[in-house]
Amino acid sequence: MDVLLEPLSFAFFQKGLLVATLSGALLGFIGVYIVLRGMSYIGHGLSHAIFGGYAAMQLFAAQLYVLGAGLWGIASAIAITAVARRSRLGADAAIGVVTTASFALGVALFSKFGSSGPAFDNALFGSILGITNTQIVWLIAVMVFAGAVVFFRYRELLFTTFDPDVARASGVHVARIEGLLMVVLSLSILVTLTVIGVTLVAAMLVIPAVVARMLTDSFGRMLAISTVVGSACGLVGMYLSYYAGVPSGTMIVLVGAAVFLVVLGITTLRRHSHRIIVDDHAPARATVKA
Amino acid sequence: MTNAAAEPLVTLDDVSAGYQDVLVLHDVNLTVRQTDFTGVVGPSGAGKTTLLRLLLGMLDPVAGARITRPDLRVAYVPQLETVDWNFPVTVMECVLMARTEHRVWPWPSRAERRDALSVLDRLGIKDLAERHIRELSGGQQQRMFLARALLREPHLLLLDEPTSGVDVNTRHDVLHLLGDLHQDGMGIVLTTHDLNGMAAHLPHLVCVNGHVVAEGSPREVIVPSVLEETFGARLEVLEHLGMPVVVDSAHPLRSVG
Repeated sequence: MDVLLEPLSFAFFQKGLLVATLSGALLGFIGVYIVLRGMSYIGHGLSHAIFGGYAAMQLFAAQLYVLGAGLWGIASAIAITAVARRSRLGADAAIGVVTTASFALGVALFSKFGSSGPAFDNALFGSILGITNTQIVWLIAVMVFAGAVVFFRYRELLFTTFDPDVARASGVHVARIEGLLMVVLSLSILVTLTVIGVTLVAAMLVIPAVVARMLTDSFGRMLAISTVVGSACGLVGMYLSYYAGVPSGTMIVLVGAAVFLVVLGITTLRRHSHRIIVDDHAPARATVKA
Repeated sequence: MTNAAAEPLVTLDDVSAGYQDVLVLHDVNLTVRQTDFTGVVGPSGAGKTTLLRLLLGMLDPVAGARITRPDLRVAYVPQLETVDWNFPVTVMECVLMARTEHRVWPWPSRAERRDALSVLDRLGIKDLAERHIRELSGGQQQRMFLARALLREPHLLLLDEPTSGVDVNTRHDVLHLLGDLHQDGMGIVLTTHDLNGMAAHLPHLVCVNGHVVAEGSPREVIVPSVLEETFGARLEVLEHLGMPVVVDSAHPLRSVG
């Protein structure tokens, strides 16, 4: 028990634990849509794009970094969507150009103006040092916003994720829904960036959702499982990070990867044993009543 | 049929359309009514799906005009091949996607579930409502999408290749079911490669190959001259039980020696 309680005697760890657990839950929740849309690369790209805005704001107005980097991230997401929609470039090429250029700008700004060092490393790999109450409030606000978007736009989000063409033909404003999801994704990356780190945020978007997908065939359950797995990875990863003395983001992602491997192994074995015993999932017969 | 049913639902007036500067269809004049049960035939790349997208309003004309009835409700059934069958949804969840408008709560109301089950029952797949979509056969998948489309209570139902990738019995079932829906007063337009199946089941065909080559009853359209202009190949047309039947011209194999 001391192992669990001892780090909690430090205020910085209490805040870090709270932020890591909530960050994992938020990224796991939004990650379901990102994974099912085949947009994992966007998560990776956006976190790098936001780094450009983060770097710029560190130099000019560090206290406004949430606002600056947030606007930068949303602008990048809109630029990616616009380039991918209106040109012959695929979305992957658009992401490659927009986000890596932004990341390169961030690195250049940090290097040129002497801000490399702890701030630079913390942005890349995550840190629990110096988490402010304002950051916690921002994180909770984004969680409430993301939850509200999913709650009130659940079916449109599901429809546009499953079959955007038919959704459009059925009167769903697909572009608006996609834009809303991009805003939620950008804000989620932004508020989790400090703990998870730019280079590792994408992993926490993907791993919980993939683990949940392996465990269920129901969309609603996938949302719930992914959220729980994400938060559990955040919580366990924080403790391990404390005792191992490594950046928080790296340990959170490593815990996620370990969970992924275990679930992959269990589901593979279970599927294999099902196949051997009996194939009881043959399509059912049905007749047409005219 | 009422007079309202005979009014045009969608009219394409001298429409040209395509993608990114490549024109796929040009000078299309076509009117679709609620009384229509139409098959769009043509070779791959002829513009069949583009024509459907124009009728749906998913694609804007680069020239000409698309005119629709103000209260028009359209439903669309996509090709089975375009769908991710591993996506984590059940048949019921998929069918309920049709009801996205004017709602607040994420879960379905009792009335929505009742309506969805009623449509699934009509299509003979009510018992599969809680199954994952991957567990369905090709015919059942097709019926699930039909159920989703019918739940919208459309005036016009558009289907992209509904008979492709299913066996003969399923094809027969699907076309009969569409015939029944048409009898109930729903306008239907579908695309297909299956000329003979269409000649047997559909009263009206449109042949396309970059433009509308011909339209009319199977007897008017399935003639060698129209087929040659549509498919760019000589096809033989025989008559069987009063219906035109297309057969491939025989090309004798050369022995290699």
